[in-house]
Amino acid sequence: MAKKTFKIINHTADVGIIVYGITVKQLFSNAALALSSLITEPKSIKEKIKRPVEITSEDRDNLLVEWLNELIYLFDVEHILFKKFDIENLNSKHIKAICYGEKFDPLRHNIKREVKAATYHMLKIDRDSNGYGVQVIFDV
Amino acid sequence: MSKWQGQLVKIDNYHWKIPSNYKDGMRVPGLIYASEEMLKSICEEQSLTQIANVAFLPGIVNFSMAMPDIHWGYGFPIGGVAAMNVKDGVISPGGVGYDINCGVRLLRTNLTEAEVKPRIKQLVDELFVNIPSGLGSEGKIKINQKEMRELLIEGAHWTVKRGFGSAKDLDVTEENGCMKYADPDRISDKAMKRGMPQIGTLGSGNHFLEIQVVREIFEPKIASVMGINEVNQILILIHTGSRGFGHQVCTEHLRVMEKAVSKYGIQLPDRQLACAPIESKEGKDYLSAMACAANYAWCNRQCIAHWVRESFSKIFDKSPQKLGMEQVYDVAHNIAKIEKHKVNGQNLKVCVHRKGATRAFPSGHKEIPLKYKEIGQPVLIPGDMGSCSFIAVGTHKAMEESFGSTCHGAGRVLSRHAARRSLQGKNVAQGLERRGIVIKTGDISSLAEEASQAYKDVNEVIDICHQAGISRKVVRATPLGVIKG
Repeated sequence: MAKKTFKIINHTADVGIIVYGITVKQLFSNAALALSSLITEPKSIKEKIKRPVEITSEDRDNLLVEWLNELIYLFDVEHILFKKFDIENLNSKHIKAICYGEKFDPLRHNIKREVKAATYHMLKIDRDSNGYGVQVIFDV
Repeated sequence: MSKWQGQLVKIDNYHWKIPSNYKDGMRVPGLIYASEEMLKSICEEQSLTQIANVAFLPGIVNFSMAMPDIHWGYGFPIGGVAAMNVKDGVISPGGVGYDINCGVRLLRTNLTEAEVKPRIKQLVDELFVNIPSGLGSEGKIKINQKEMRELLIEGAHWTVKRGFGSAKDLDVTEENGCMKYADPDRISDKAMKRGMPQIGTLGSGNHFLEIQVVREIFEPKIASVMGINEVNQILILIHTGSRGFGHQVCTEHLRVMEKAVSKYGIQLPDRQLACAPIESKEGKDYLSAMACAANYAWCNRQCIAHWVRESFSKIFDKSPQKLGMEQVYDVAHNIAKIEKHKVNGQNLKVCVHRKGATRAFPSGHKEIPLKYKEIGQPVLIPGDMGSCSFIAVGTHKAMEESFGSTCHGAGRVLSRHAARRSLQGKNVAQGLERRGIVIKTGDISSLAEEASQAYKDVNEVIDICHQAGISRKVVRATPLGVIKG
């Protein structure tokens, strides 16, 4: 499972990602990067802002959705685009990460689409001998 | 993407049924409005499975319904309608969607194509400057927390009080632009923070503003009640919703509903269908928060309509009154509402979820404006960018069959991602310009996602609703100018 980091998949009205990771930490960080790549080209983002993000939830699936929704929120409200995610602490109910990125600059960042939210639709974190995988559908 | 393999029973040329024994746990059958031709494309994806999944929801009455513009959503399909008995049924934020009260507002004018065409570029430029659109756009209205709370309670009335439009607009807005059970205490600080800067913004994605020309009038008498009297008359269509505010409300309440599902022992085939009994605290809280977001959206469209009038007034150097810029109607197409309907001869209070579906109440219904009592509620159906849009009216058959609901648009056939791979935004824009349509957008690459090829033929969608009798087509209009976020 864990060779690629993520791929974008077809969903008629919306857009989805399939994310892989050798560890759950990697899965969460790759999912965040996949989200960034849905919004803009991650290569165009500089690491100017260091932003701690901490979330508590009921289970791991929920935690993943809430983690992604928090990043969507930070973009919508504070206009911060992220490219690097150092996950310091992660268990099935809690994540603590430092996210690196910068404020949206219309001259340098080509915005591909507005992502409204990460959904719970067909969401399930799977595990096989290579690591972890998950599909997330976003409302766009 | 897997094809639909299940059983479909033909009732007549426009009605199809998914028997309730298709899946264990379905409480009612599925009902699909489609032609044989359209059914083929519907069966290519999983939206019918989603119709079957919605039939699992407690308290669902009669059918889990699909309008002909149905396509695969998350949880509920887009184009889905489901009514739940208030007594023992549930409310599901997924049955409304993230863009709460995404909807359409239509303005009519006295102008004709001949008058507007020479100034169309100027008009489109002016509208683009005057109406904030696109990602991360912030509105021109700066308000504090207290004013935001008032806005959430009062909806479009709040906007009219501040001089944006007139009370006449409220008369021709669904719910008069204000849902009564809105309670700002049910709104988080995060939602407030996300919503406050975005009031009066068009947004991006499939949201747009179009200057249109009337091309066909199918029912002249009905159209004239709406102020539409001739072919070549200019109309303006505004399509937007509750922006980040609605998205945040939906996201947060889905989280609450996730817990409610286990608390109330509800069995669901998809987590995105998370719900709670309508009469429970979780259900009532969502309804109050959803009403706030619905009011926010009406306020948003009211602001935009005001700036549209201002822009036309500037370009033509005449007042909006002189230009005859009256509102025809404003409809919501992502919403849940408590309504009274007749079910098996009994009056029943139900919560009608319309996700990508439009209310279509008939003539004589007490909840439609006096002006339209004789003709039925106007139904506004935007097509895809560059094709055409329709105005229809609600019918008695819709009231009997589909809880007073009809379609909301063309409905996707191509995923956004597939559209981007096969089409180029630049080419789409050039194609439109060759047909005389002026387009202005902040993000040209996203045009590919909204190209005509990505959608079903709206003519066919409308005809199915018309033939099935759940709405009656009145006017067809095509775009002259498009603003896309």
